[in-house]
Amino acid sequence: MKKNPKPASNRAPLLPKCPTGIQGLDEITGGGLPRGRISLVCGGAGCGKTLLATEFLVRGAVRFHEPGVFLTFEETAPELAANVASLGFHLDDLVRHRKIVVDHVHLERSEIHETGDYDLEGLFVRLNHAIDSIGARRVVLDTLEALFASLPNEAVLRAELRRLFRWLKDKGVTAVITAERGREQLTRHGLEEYVSDCVILLDHRVNEQIATRHLRIVKYRGALHGTNEFPFLIGNEGLSVLPITSLGLNHKVSNQRIATGIPRLDAMLGGRGFFRGSSILLTGTPGTGKTIVAANFAHAATQRGERALYFSFEESPNQIIRNLHSIGLQLEPEVRRGLLRFHSARPSLYGLEMHLATMFKEIATFKPDVVIIDPITSLMDSGTASESKGMVTRLIDYLKAGQITSLFTSLTQGGHALQQSEAAMSSLMDSWLLLQDFEGNGERNRVLYVLKARGMAHSNQVREFLISDRGIDLVDAYVGASGVLTGSARAAQEDLERAAALAGQQEAARRKRELERKRLGLERQISGLRSDYEAESVELRRIDEQVGIQTQLLTTEREASGRRRQADISPTIHRRSQPSALGGKMKAHSPPQRPTHAKPSLHTVTPGRKV
Amino acid sequence: MKTRPPSNQRRPRKAGPGPEKHLLRLYVAGATARSQRAIIRARQLCESELKGNYELEVIDIYQRPNLAREGQILATPTLVRRFPEPVRRLIGNLADIDGFFTGLDLNTPTKSAQ
Repeated sequence: MKKNPKPASNRAPLLPKCPTGIQGLDEITGGGLPRGRISLVCGGAGCGKTLLATEFLVRGAVRFHEPGVFLTFEETAPELAANVASLGFHLDDLVRHRKIVVDHVHLERSEIHETGDYDLEGLFVRLNHAIDSIGARRVVLDTLEALFASLPNEAVLRAELRRLFRWLKDKGVTAVITAERGREQLTRHGLEEYVSDCVILLDHRVNEQIATRHLRIVKYRGALHGTNEFPFLIGNEGLSVLPITSLGLNHKVSNQRIATGIPRLDAMLGGRGFFRGSSILLTGTPGTGKTIVAANFAHAATQRGERALYFSFEESPNQIIRNLHSIGLQLEPEVRRGLLRFHSARPSLYGLEMHLATMFKEIATFKPDVVIIDPITSLMDSGTASESKGMVTRLIDYLKAGQITSLFTSLTQGGHALQQSEAAMSSLMDSWLLLQDFEGNGERNRVLYVLKARGMAHSNQVREFLISDRGIDLVDAYVGASGVLTGSARAAQEDLERAAALAGQQEAARRKRELERKRLGLERQISGLRSDYEAESVELRRIDEQVGIQTQLLTTEREASGRRRQADISPTIHRRSQPSALGGKMKAHSPPQRPTHAKPSLHTVTPGRKV
Repeated sequence: MKTRPPSNQRRPRKAGPGPEKHLLRLYVAGATARSQRAIIRARQLCESELKGNYELEVIDIYQRPNLAREGQILATPTLVRRFPEPVRRLIGNLADIDGFFTGLDLNTPTKSAQ
């Protein structure tokens, strides 16, 4: 025995991993296959076992600088190279650069005759030689079970396989062995008995005429791993495993808001549009303008200098560009600037997983800020309900992880059941806009609601959605006793309201004029009264003066008669008579204190002055 | 030449002096007891059955591992008949004489070999 014991005495608590470089597989295995151990890949014919193994080697050699040995029991080296050339693996180059050794073990049952005791040391020597010649760290044995068909003595074979696996571990290489799926056990010849570190099961099944490949990690000793069945597919860049949910719900979130391209819609969303990196569902019956809203959203992104990727599953890019041109939205310049990219494919072109992988690839290469999927529903038809939900979940996860804002349009059949059928998908979405038709008065009008918008204040109002050659506009729908009025009914209602307002104005003006007239009349009355008053006060003054003169005359007369009778005149009386004469002239004076014997006539005059 | 033709059709090619020299190679892995036994048995059988009408080469694949690959060796010991065609691989230490005879399309074991 020419063993090369390299004890993998790595006492680290965590099992060291050997990255496969296969998209998604490293994610679900938490870093790759167990390093220095043996992994068994089993599955039926055409599952992609050889491809997985080949990719493990090629990626290892190219990306991780770990040379590898491919011991093939079924295909020759040129066949193998040709098979994987279509996936962009240049096996010949790698062999020439001594990164990979391909050794084809030719087994021909008819050539072999047993003549006694033997072991498989030849295999060990070849493997050892190949490993040592390039310093290989990875080994693939594809498919070991061919030995069972060629070597007559199974007991020897089993003993030797056990020894081989032990030897590979001692050698410190990370090995992948492939095996056919058995009927009741994982492999036809029970190879899983010998491999205790990692077993991966591949499966290929057809569901409603759509074939999907699945991968499941049956066993992974000493490591956490996803136990689910993960869909995987073979694209033109090799294998990709699509984890349902990659790493749980721990996306970064952004507080940044981005405009929708429709100012009124932004206004309905608290004035600033959607959150960056959120997922938006746009539901609508046929012809409600979903594509237009979506295209506006994409256009708005390109106007900000961001990149938008538009997946269209019903219309060709040129058709979308032409149709939106008719409402004044110019998308072609943005396509030419390289900011907007269309990807169109028929949903029935291939299975859901393939669509998803294509989309992932497009997203990874274009690196958009905004992704539109129009419509998601036609894509979902190509899988079962749970598959499609899983797919949307993965897509949203993927987009959110990349802080990409996504808008999904969803075509519904109309009626209210639509909202229920969409419920499953809508729970994955952050915002949900609903476009709906309103039929009445011989016309059909579109309205838009914001059904939900997580984390932002949003309008609960229904808005009428108008499409004209100048683009789209949202106007307030008229909500009255008879329900929501849209279109010409709304216009009629608006006219009615305008007319009513006009009538009101006219009525007010008329009443104003009338009051004015009345006021003028009153004013005239007031001035008449005032002149009466003036006349009366003149008269009063005249009376006052008359009274004063009479009093004077009376006094003078009394004095004169007293002199005539030589009476003795009291000076007080004389003195006091003077002011009373003056008092008539002074008007406002309070009545002077008169002697008790003063003439009563004087008293009667005083109040008259005050009128 | 995937299927082995019925052996009786090939019977005329009975070992003996002639132009058809058997080219044989014995691959062994190291100087183990099993290897030794295989080498001895091979020499013995060739000498008795082919009588000089053969070339036997013994290869230790530990010494020349690249020849193991070229010779498509899996099991050791393996005796490969490269000529006459078809190629035959006799795996084992040649303890089983019937296997040797059917494997090399030889007629009947001579008494001496047994």
